Amino acid sequence: MLSTQQDTSLLMSRRARVMARLPAFVGEAFLFVVTAAGALVILFIFYYILRDALPFFRARGFREFFTGTAWYPSAKPPSFGVLAIFYGSGMVTVAAITIAGPIGVAAAICLSDVVPFGIRQAAKPSIEVLAAIPSVAYGFFALVVFAPLLQEHGGPILAVGLLLIGLPLALLSAVVAGDLAAGLLPQRARAAGRGSIAGALALAALAGLGIGAAHLAKVQVTSGTNALNVGIILGIMALPTVVSVSEDSLSAVSRELREASYALGATRAETVVRVVVPAAGSGILAAVILGVSRAIGETMVVWMASGNAAQIPTPWYNFLAPVRTLTATIAGDMGEADHVTGSERYSVLFAMGACLLVFSFICNLVSEWAIRRSERRSA
Amino acid sequence: MRGKTGLLWIAGLAMVGLSLCGLWTVRAAEQAAAAQQTTIVVDGSTTVGPVAKAFAEYYMQQHPDVKISVSESGSGNGAKSLLNGTCDVADMSRFMTPAEFRAAVETGIYPVAQAIAMDGIAIIVHPSNPVHGLTVAQVRDVYTGKIANWKQLGGPDLPIVLISRDTNSGTYETFETQVLKGDKIGGGAEYVGSNGAVHARVESTPAAAGYVGIGFVDEKVKALPIEGITPDAGTIASGRYPISRPLFMWTNGYPKLGSHVFSFVTLYLTPQGQEIVKKAGFVPVTNYR
Repeated sequence: MLSTQQDTSLLMSRRARVMARLPAFVGEAFLFVVTAAGALVILFIFYYILRDALPFFRARGFREFFTGTAWYPSAKPPSFGVLAIFYGSGMVTVAAITIAGPIGVAAAICLSDVVPFGIRQAAKPSIEVLAAIPSVAYGFFALVVFAPLLQEHGGPILAVGLLLIGLPLALLSAVVAGDLAAGLLPQRARAAGRGSIAGALALAALAGLGIGAAHLAKVQVTSGTNALNVGIILGIMALPTVVSVSEDSLSAVSRELREASYALGATRAETVVRVVVPAAGSGILAAVILGVSRAIGETMVVWMASGNAAQIPTPWYNFLAPVRTLTATIAGDMGEADHVTGSERYSVLFAMGACLLVFSFICNLVSEWAIRRSERRSA
Repeated sequence: MRGKTGLLWIAGLAMVGLSLCGLWTVRAAEQAAAAQQTTIVVDGSTTVGPVAKAFAEYYMQQHPDVKISVSESGSGNGAKSLLNGTCDVADMSRFMTPAEFRAAVETGIYPVAQAIAMDGIAIIVHPSNPVHGLTVAQVRDVYTGKIANWKQLGGPDLPIVLISRDTNSGTYETFETQVLKGDKIGGGAEYVGSNGAVHARVESTPAAAGYVGIGFVDEKVKALPIEGITPDAGTIASGRYPISRPLFMWTNGYPKLGSHVFSFVTLYLTPQGQEIVKKAGFVPVTNYR
C-alpha cells in the first residue's frame, strides 16, 4: 500500500520546480530583450529618417527631387534636383561592381577549386585584410596619389587596363571560336583548321586591342578626381566582400557533387563552370549584391576623390568627368543644413538618406532571397 | 543543466564586470572635474583653424591646467555647434547670417564676435599657368562657366578645371558674396572640403583654378593678381585687394573678464598673438597702414 506521502517525495515541490527553472528563464529573457533591442534600433532608424524626410516632399513634391538636375541648395531661391546625384551614385557603383564582380568571383573560384588548400588558407585572410583598411585611408590615397597619377599618365593607365582585361578575353574567345568554326569543317581538315582559325582570330583580336590601346593612351585626363578614380578605389574596397562570400558559398558546394562530376569524366574546367558555379550561383549573386551595397554606401572616398560636381557627364558614359554621389552630398551639406535655419535644406538630406536606406533594404532582401533559394535547392 | 549554469555564471560575472567598469569611468570623470581642469572646445572654419590651433598650443603652454581642443568642420558647422552648445568658441571666416542670429537668440545664445585677423581670398592656379592676372568680372565669368578654356584668358588650350569649396565653408560664402554676387557656380565645378584640399588639387593639376585664404598660398601654387593688385598684408589691411574679409571667433555672450575663454579669444591683441597670426600667413587686425 503506497501512501501519497511516499509518492510526492519523489517529485519536486512546485516552488522548487520554479526556482530550478528561474536562472534559465532569466537568461533567455535577457537574450530576448537584447535581440529585440537590436531589431527595434533598425525600426527606429527607419522611422526617424522617414519622419524627417517627409516635410521636404510635403513642401516641394516628388517631381523636382526625382527629375531635376539643378542642385543649388544655397541659392535664393534654392533648387533641389537630385537626378544628377542619383546618376553619379549609379555611375560609381556600376564602375565598382564591374571591377569587383568579375575579379572577385574569379578569385573566389581560384581559391576554392584551383589552388592547393594551403595557399587558400594563406590567401583568404590576406584578401580580407583589404576590408580592414579604413575608408579614409583609401580616400586619401585616391586624392593624393591616384588622382595626380591619372592626370599625368591617365592615357597609359587606361590602355594597360584595357589590355589586362582584353587580352585573356580575346585569347579565350579566339580559341573557343576556332573550335566552333572547325566543327563545321570536314573531318580531315579539322585539326589544322582549328589551329589556323584560332590563330587568325587571335591575331585579329590582338590587332584590335593594340589599336584600341594606342587610342586610349592618347586620352588626356584633365581632372584626376572623377568617376573612374572613385570607381576603381570602390572596386578594390568591395573586392574582399565579394571574394569572401563567393568563396564561402563555393566551398559549401558538397564534395559529392564535384566527385560525381569527375566520375562522369568531366575535366576540372567543365566541373567548375558547369557544376560548381551554378550550384553556388545564388551565393555568388548574394556576394555581388553585398559588394554593391558596400559601394553605394561609401562616403569618405567619394567625398574626397569624386570631384563632387552635380552634373550628368556630357556623353553619358564619360567616366573621366567629376560626379557627385548621395553619400557625399549628405556628408558635405550637413553643416549648413540646420533644421532651424533652413528646413528644406535639412529635410532634403534626410530624403536622400531615405532613398539610400530603401535601396540597401532592397539589396538585403534580394540577397536574403538568393541565399534562401540556394539553401532550398541544395537541401 | 550543468552547461546552462556555467553560461549563467559567465553572464553574471560579465554584467558585474561591466558595471564596475562603468562606475570606475564615472569616478574618473568626477575626479578630473574636481581637479579643476578647464576645457575649451573650439570648432569651425578650416581657414581660421590653423590660427586657432597655434593660439591653442601657445595658450596651453602658458597654462598647463587648460585643455583646448580645436576641430575644423567648416564655418557653418561652427555656428551650428555654438547654437547647440557643443562648443565654447566658434571659428568662422564669415559673419553670422541673420537666420543664424535669430536661431541663436531664440535658443538663448547671444553670439559675440571677435575679429582676430584679416584674410584675403587668393585665386590660385598651377605654377606652370602663364596667365598674368584677372579682373573680378573675369573670375566671375570663369566660375559661372562662361569662360571654359584657358586660351580665352591667354593661357594654354586646356579646359578649365574649376575647384570650389563646398557650401559648408565661410570661404565659399565670402567668395559668393564678393565675387559671384549671387550668380550660380557652373555645373562642372568640383567641390572639395577644405582649403588644404583646394591647394592639393591645384598643386597637382595644371589646368586647375581655385580659391583659398592667403594663409594657404605658398610656392607650390601661383596666386593671381586681381585687378592688378597682388594679395599681401598691405593690400588686404588697407582694403585695396578686392576680395578680403575679417576672420572671427564667436562666443556665447561677451566672455567673462579674466576667464580662460576671454584670454584665449583676446590673444590676437597681444604681441605674441599677432606674431602667431603673421606666421600663419594672415594679417593682424592692428596692421594699420
